[in-house]
Amino acid sequence: MSDQAMRDAWFPVGLLSGLTRAGTASMLMGEDITVGLDDTGAPSVDCGGRKLPTVERFGHLWTSLGAPEKDLFTIPEADHPERTLVDVGVVRVKCSPLRAVENFLDIAHFPFVHTDILGEEDHPEVNNYKVEVRKDEDEVWATKVEFYQPQAAASAGGGIITEYMYRVPAPTCSVLYKTCPPRPGEWDVICLFVQPLTEELCDVWPWMALFDDTSTITDLIHFQQLIFLQDRSILENQIPKKLPLDPALETPTRADLTSVAYRRWLKRHDYTYGAQLVAE
Amino acid sequence: MILYDYILSPSCYKVRLLASLLGVKLELRAVDFHPGREHKGDELLALNPAGSIPILVDGEDVLTESAAILSYIAAKHGQNWLATSDAGEVGAQQQWLSFSHRLTSALGGARLVEMLHFPGDLAALQEAGIAALRELEAALFARRLTGQTFLVGDRITIADIACFPYVALAPDGSVSLDPYASIRIWMRAIRAQPRFIEMPGIHRLHELAPDPLAGDA
Repeated sequence: MSDQAMRDAWFPVGLLSGLTRAGTASMLMGEDITVGLDDTGAPSVDCGGRKLPTVERFGHLWTSLGAPEKDLFTIPEADHPERTLVDVGVVRVKCSPLRAVENFLDIAHFPFVHTDILGEEDHPEVNNYKVEVRKDEDEVWATKVEFYQPQAAASAGGGIITEYMYRVPAPTCSVLYKTCPPRPGEWDVICLFVQPLTEELCDVWPWMALFDDTSTITDLIHFQQLIFLQDRSILENQIPKKLPLDPALETPTRADLTSVAYRRWLKRHDYTYGAQLVAE
Repeated sequence: MILYDYILSPSCYKVRLLASLLGVKLELRAVDFHPGREHKGDELLALNPAGSIPILVDGEDVLTESAAILSYIAAKHGQNWLATSDAGEVGAQQQWLSFSHRLTSALGGARLVEMLHFPGDLAALQEAGIAALRELEAALFARRLTGQTFLVGDRITIADIACFPYVALAPDGSVSLDPYASIRIWMRAIRAQPRFIEMPGIHRLHELAPDPLAGDA
């Protein structure tokens, strides 16, 4: 098994607003890196004396251990000038980076983990939705995902049917588009950017681009941290630690279509850092 | 009463939890603790020079220590959540309120290192946290032999609320609660209280009970 495909991918390694000249020690796929600003004040990532490529986007600094063929993905919707861009801040999770993304793609756990916020225990049904791998972009997309939510967002006044679209544009990144309560017709953009420290440890950098004229930035940060920290205790207790890619190991249901597509897509691209290929 | 609050702070949660259990309404003021470090900014330092949260403001009264805040709210709204005048109860309550600071610095410290990138000696914090948990386990086991479930007297008190959150969140700092049977029974008894509320990492008992705060949103 080679990690080269993932070494050539882009990963978030810090908030642009948090970079310092002193630098911060971190890790990427098991290698020690230092993330900070160079002598000219430009963002830089050092790996054992080697300067890694960098991209500044979505409020974060991105890097790669290898030589990425493609530019880092874009989120055109997030460029709208009236959106509030929210740096939610890092949370460390003792789980596979791929499991963190897979959990983000799952809807069925909402009533039980995010009870009375993103779901209700007496409304657990996941209706049919559509999953595809878009050939041109080479991205996993799930669309027409609908779910009843008591408090879908900080800006939601009460229970609504929320529509979701999920997008996986990179092996450890997911972009979620969801119904925007104060602005029908637009989508709120909520992202999960995951930095793989090791195969079983990751730093998660949630980021959002929202239409919300009433909530404070702090309220928006706290709503997202509340949701993500409810997931964290579940993620840290999943067994096996690595994401199983062997189809013999688990029996998915229809509600898991996005997860199934994500796992197949990972396997096809050899994005297997943090994955378990053969049942143990 | 205004509570300067952070959704992920176990010390702020103590206050929210007691207020909910007593049916007391708090006005919450969200503080950007992470990543914004707002508690170290000028406005909040003027209110609390220690640079910590929670902070409770009730008219002229400003309180910045979670144990003091719990005592204050109970004295105002739930006298039976305080020790009686019995010397044994008064001593035990004070003992556990002070003990809760050890949980905060050890288990809370390990949690901040493990979860939010705070600096600290993780192994030393975990070791101190395990020592505190063993002490709590022994005390709760001894209480159970006398037919008691909670730490002080014959009922749940602020001593339990002060100690509960950092114990329940020990796994966030990679300290397992598996070895402590008496602690787990005690935590379940707290989670079973009417009007119990959860925080991330501390789940409600899933019995389809309505969220007591759901109507207030």
